[in-house]
Amino acid sequence: MTDNGRYAVIGKPLPKVDAASRVTGQAVYADDMLLPRTLHCRILRSPHPHARIVSIDTSAARRMPGVHAVITGADLPIKFGILPVTQDERALEHEKVRYVGDPIAAVAATDEEIAAAACDAIAVEYQVLEPVMSIDAALGRPKDERIQDYGGPNNIHKLVALEFGDVDGGFARADHVREDVFFFQGNTHLPMEQHSAVATYIDGKVTLWSSTQVVHYVHRALAKVLELPMNRIRVIGAAHGGGFGGKTDPFAHEIIVAKLAMITGRPVKCTLTREEVFYAHRGRHPVLMWVRTGVTSDGRITAMHFKSALDGGAYGSYGVASTFYTGALQTVTYDIPAYRFEGCRVFTNKPPCGPKRGHGTPQPRFAIELHLEKIARDLGIDPVEMKRANFVKPMTRTVNWMRVTSCGLEECTELVMKASGYRERERRSGRGMGFAISSYLSGAGTAIYWNDMPHSEVQIKVDRGGVTAYCGAMDIGQGSDSVLAAVVAEELGLQPKDIRLVTADTDTTPIDLGSYSSRVTFMAGNAALEAARKMRALLVEAVEASGRKYEEVSFEEASVLAEARFGTLTTAGSYTPPKIAGPYKGSGVGPSPAYSYSACVVDLDADPRTGLIHLNKVWIAHDVGRAINPLLVEGQVEGSVYMGLGEALMEEQTFRKGLHKWPSMLEYKSPTFLDMPDVETFIVETNDPEGPYGAKEAGQGPLLPVIPAVNAAVFDALGIWVDEVPVTPEKIVEALRRRDKGEPPRYGPQRFPEIPYPPTIKVDPPPRDLDRAAAASI
Amino acid sequence: MLRLPRFKYLRPKTAREAAQMASDLGPRAMFVAGGTDLFPKLKRRQFEVDALIGLDFLPRTIHRGDDETIVDAGVTLASASSSAELRGDYPGYAEAAGLVSSPPLRNAGTIGGNLCVDTRCNYYDMTYEWRKAAGFCMKKDGDICLVAPSSSRCWAVSSSDTAPMAIALGALVTLAGPNGDRELPVAALYKDDGIDYMAKQPSEVVTSLQLHAAGATRTAYVKLRRRGSIDFPIAGAAVALRLDGPLVTSCRIVLSAVASHPLEAAEAGEFMIGRRVDEESAKAAAEIAAKPAKPLDNADLSHFWRKRMVRVVVEQALKRAGDR
Repeated sequence: MTDNGRYAVIGKPLPKVDAASRVTGQAVYADDMLLPRTLHCRILRSPHPHARIVSIDTSAARRMPGVHAVITGADLPIKFGILPVTQDERALEHEKVRYVGDPIAAVAATDEEIAAAACDAIAVEYQVLEPVMSIDAALGRPKDERIQDYGGPNNIHKLVALEFGDVDGGFARADHVREDVFFFQGNTHLPMEQHSAVATYIDGKVTLWSSTQVVHYVHRALAKVLELPMNRIRVIGAAHGGGFGGKTDPFAHEIIVAKLAMITGRPVKCTLTREEVFYAHRGRHPVLMWVRTGVTSDGRITAMHFKSALDGGAYGSYGVASTFYTGALQTVTYDIPAYRFEGCRVFTNKPPCGPKRGHGTPQPRFAIELHLEKIARDLGIDPVEMKRANFVKPMTRTVNWMRVTSCGLEECTELVMKASGYRERERRSGRGMGFAISSYLSGAGTAIYWNDMPHSEVQIKVDRGGVTAYCGAMDIGQGSDSVLAAVVAEELGLQPKDIRLVTADTDTTPIDLGSYSSRVTFMAGNAALEAARKMRALLVEAVEASGRKYEEVSFEEASVLAEARFGTLTTAGSYTPPKIAGPYKGSGVGPSPAYSYSACVVDLDADPRTGLIHLNKVWIAHDVGRAINPLLVEGQVEGSVYMGLGEALMEEQTFRKGLHKWPSMLEYKSPTFLDMPDVETFIVETNDPEGPYGAKEAGQGPLLPVIPAVNAAVFDALGIWVDEVPVTPEKIVEALRRRDKGEPPRYGPQRFPEIPYPPTIKVDPPPRDLDRAAAASI
Repeated sequence: MLRLPRFKYLRPKTAREAAQMASDLGPRAMFVAGGTDLFPKLKRRQFEVDALIGLDFLPRTIHRGDDETIVDAGVTLASASSSAELRGDYPGYAEAAGLVSSPPLRNAGTIGGNLCVDTRCNYYDMTYEWRKAAGFCMKKDGDICLVAPSSSRCWAVSSSDTAPMAIALGALVTLAGPNGDRELPVAALYKDDGIDYMAKQPSEVVTSLQLHAAGATRTAYVKLRRRGSIDFPIAGAAVALRLDGPLVTSCRIVLSAVASHPLEAAEAGEFMIGRRVDEESAKAAAEIAAKPAKPLDNADLSHFWRKRMVRVVVEQALKRAGDR
């Protein structure tokens, strides 16, 4: 690195450090592993959405040749869950099942076919209960019994009511007030790699290789359920085939293979079928939303009231956090002086929902982007200009205490407006363009379990053999290994390929909390930066003690001089986010050391006769702070656009007669290459004061604006609002039919249900000078 | 992961030998050509077999003669869709072959296999575990129809893209049985039943497809599906027509994916005779063609919408054929 801010590695579009192994099939995924004497595991799952288990008879399965072990919930009775407040899952359930796919028993056998046949031979007697399959049903009185025995009333899991600033006063001051109701259908992550885990039990120690995003949380859950100290468990992240939030919980199969390995003394492997991946789920919550906003006649927001109802599925998972997230980030893009949020999550007899790319924020983003479009049209103002007039400014605090540092909303908007020619777009029937913006966290500011320790830690070892960096961070394909290597290489004057990496192994690497909430580049990046700078200082000191300059000697020479001078060369760095959460219960969800910003324009043609949509092009600009590797940033942005378009147009996790309607990659539709339009990506660099080299996140935020931009473009094309996703052709045709009958030209939810929200907790807005000292020092 | 069951793989050298094997082994044996539909169904235990009889001996040539073109049943869908002969003479047929599934599956799947492809239903095309949870249906392991529970028959949907086009062209298939060959119009190859959907004997092998000399026949196939690739049809229209000057002298319209067999819209075809192919006639014919189509709630998107879309695909196919 040179002092004038130009970098040798940072900002260069280098290929991923593991690119060759990925594309040549040499990377070892968990399912590729076949240790000697491996047993294969299959899991028996509930065929009922809601039932009490009367009895389980495994005797016939146990007698089958090749079967080595059969376990049920009685063998793993301890409950676990990702959040400390919702420890409500069992690896195997022996009392009650809550969705079709809930695990009941597991078999380890010499062949997978034998294990499957043994599962089929297990006799389970059920007392079938009435399933609860919708938000409305969950809010009402249960016919037999509640799904979970906590929460309430009825099947409500979580209620929250917060108010920031003078909301009633804000509405009183408004010249125009509008209410809308929106629905965002649930969908799933659809990673290419099915979840897979392999466990061994050797010398009294469990080792688990898993396709997980969170080796640390899996480590904790295993220790709890297996009742082993953490030092007798090792969790290693295998090569990863995609997560998107779907592998961020500890999962039943991970605990099951560990238990089966302990029982049999042999390695045990379980790879989920594609159908089982749909049941593992933890995907996008279906969310019904109601929003009311007051504006002045020139379009400035005076107050907003936002209500959400989340269909959580059968278990807690991340749901409490998801609920808060549906209300947290509205204020991070628009300056809302007074804000009330009421959230509710219900239990239903479906696979549990959780975090999917954007975690809890794509749904409200979809709602408020369209809601503001409608308000602008009510006022006769250009929607883009109205949104722009309300953009938050850099270095501010929002009314709900979110600390905004760098903010490239203006630059992002300008870039996509210009490139797309939005303002000069050709007006012809059936063609439309839509615009939307968004923001996302660069890592959650608080840990999942409350503690004061760092969120990410990196160690560096230098010896005559070179440089090794150790970090618990899990590369799930987003390129976190490449970022680590780039940071260390930059500081030491090397290239990423010169850095050996040891990552995501609880025995050998220091803690990183995992690949979720877009935290790794920011947090592990900062930890790596600290460790690398310390190492550089040692090397420089040793070289200078020999009378020369660091730049004049080779790295090998420098490392020999330093090792001779100091002995073993190790340094460590860590990152702990600043304590910036507001003084209220629930303030832990939403704060982040920095927010990314995006703006997007979608251009499409919509056929009024069929309702079929043809995407012409997407322009997207993303404020990533600084692109440590622009190639990786573009990859993340394009992937986000792809996933967003899938959610906007076709992906939906739907149920029929208590069953997932289509748990297969053929029938659960996601876009193919032929459905994907050209994407023009602009990287905006705002140089965040706290990010490593100024970097912020890129993995999730760019998904968010794509979805509302599609719906806005459909309105632009046909003059109808589809106030829900996915925007399927049948919904477009129906909205047009309504318009032609003189009804409102709209397809979407009609009402928001009555929800017994608790009394609102009133929170004063932050004082104006809260961050002044911090800002001045930047 | 889902595993293939264990089975014997038999490799006959001729169609006769294959037919004899099928005849000897009975329903616990099946033919496999490309296997693109068969193998997933074996994994899902929709088919249960002791043996597969490989048809990889089938020739893979397209023979263009003066009176007819013979397409060997082993010709892959990819070859059929890119064949200069077929694209020139029967563009609708090449089009239909090129719209089946995705490139890798067209490289493996054969034109014979596509004619015989199993009927589909989203209560049936599921894993064993899912079907067990849903309650088995009459097409496999159960005794009711989950789409229409009061019905005594199975409503699984004919999902071949090439069969409707072959019927519209009046094509014949050659079947090799244990005791000899016979020819059958493609139209006679199917029955209106989701389970017993083929009229051929289970031991008969489709060995070739014969297309009459195209002459002035104009063809087009329009397929409706959610995505640009991979998906089976959720509605489709195959049109073959001839013109004398501007006027239609013959016209056959056959629909895909709206019934348990390729559904010929004969009335709509007759309506076109003596007319020009224009906006107005295509619209009117499409209206007639859509009437007998009765999609049910067992495929992608809503059946109401699919029913409306039948008109669109027929109209588009007629106009495209007219323009060729």
